[in-house]
Amino acid sequence: MKNIRLIARLDIKGPNLIKGIHLEGFRVIGSPNEWATHYYNQGVDELIYMDCVASLYGRNHLGDIIRAAAKDIFVPMTVGGGIRSVQDAAEILRSGADKVAVNTAAISNPQIITDIAKKFGSQCMVLSIEAKQIAPGRWEAYTDNGREHTGLDVVEWARRGVSLGAGEVLLTSVDREGTRKGFDIDLVQSVSTEVSVPVIASGGMGKVDDLIEVVIQGGADAVAMADILHYKRQDIATIRKLAENSGIGVRSYESYDDS
Amino acid sequence: MIPEVVVIDYGVGNLHSVQRALEHCGAKVLLTSDPERILAANRVILPGVGAFENAMQVLKNLDLVTAIRELPKREIPLLGICLGMQLLLDESEEFGVTSGLGLIPGRVVPVPSYTKLGVPQKIPHIGWSALMPSEEVSGWQNTLLQDVKSSEAVYFIHSYMASPNTHVHRIAECMYGEHKIAAVIGFEKVMGCQFHPEKSGEVGLKILKRFLQL
Repeated sequence: MKNIRLIARLDIKGPNLIKGIHLEGFRVIGSPNEWATHYYNQGVDELIYMDCVASLYGRNHLGDIIRAAAKDIFVPMTVGGGIRSVQDAAEILRSGADKVAVNTAAISNPQIITDIAKKFGSQCMVLSIEAKQIAPGRWEAYTDNGREHTGLDVVEWARRGVSLGAGEVLLTSVDREGTRKGFDIDLVQSVSTEVSVPVIASGGMGKVDDLIEVVIQGGADAVAMADILHYKRQDIATIRKLAENSGIGVRSYESYDDS
Repeated sequence: MIPEVVVIDYGVGNLHSVQRALEHCGAKVLLTSDPERILAANRVILPGVGAFENAMQVLKNLDLVTAIRELPKREIPLLGICLGMQLLLDESEEFGVTSGLGLIPGRVVPVPSYTKLGVPQKIPHIGWSALMPSEEVSGWQNTLLQDVKSSEAVYFIHSYMASPNTHVHRIAECMYGEHKIAAVIGFEKVMGCQFHPEKSGEVGLKILKRFLQL
């Protein structure tokens, strides 16, 4: 049995943790560090940081936030948004990230996937895909928080990205993101069965049943959660327990201190 | 007394994460690629992520292979992490066969891409898996895992795994797709973790603290 990873996704705008709907209309939640520390103490398996306005400015601004987090948080951190070059990836990794998530730059220059994988290892290179459904069983890859379409078929693009060296796929359903309507199970299943690397399902988790469904039916290897955690509709310990009760493998975690 | 540790800086790997975790554990950390300073250390960590062949080549270019091989002779504790652990073995099958440091007899082989039941499984193996004593060891007393309880989970991210020739060198294992994966290996003062203790929360920090006491 494999253990599913429970990941907190932190969308960041400037100095703030924010949450949107369909990756837009951001509402401020609070300080990224306070929330990240809170999730770490609750036993989150991983953190994903996304700079939501990076593509607007053409660069990732999360260096300081990651440096601060890395002092006290000892679980893997993935950082995405505005990573345009191997040099950008190097800077983010140096500030304390373990992996980089690349979307826009990989679409405009797929070679960057191979370059990052060669330089830092495939395990560092997460292919981030923003998917919008265009027909039954078909999705198109988007960039810039689901605003710019690319003409790329999501399943094809995921397959190609993995063959170029991506070690993991972060698959966000723009249609479901922030809606609490559940994950796009067909999307996750279509990608997960086509690629040999782990797939992180992102976008739409409204309740723990959604997680169970995307793992059992969708074949997700990890689940990114935002709304459900940020609005305190469920805590990580409860999610872990309910998942385990449904026969899903999760990390056994003993709380040391949740202050 | 503040424990001191040398982390080998050979340009690959996530050595800053390792450094931060060690400092959090109260250690004084020296990052260096100077063979003399490595041989003068109280204890040494060899970090690493990425490709085996490239890492071995960099160690050779920096003239570090001889120094690292000298550590066990001087009884200086050495801990390899992830790729750093794999480098401790004789050779790796990653991209053809490449020679390693040869401090623990055995080789590095791919993580099986099928479960024991024949179902395809995802590679890399990424995630938190429980540590269990291997059949050959009778508990973790006086090992790196002395303070760890069986079934506590740590974070793995790897596509290759160590296969030591001698089973007693397997201190702990985890399961992936019903296959046993060597999680901690050790031979006298040479030891390695396949997982990332610096990214394994409080359990990982306990393991690093233990190493700082050796």
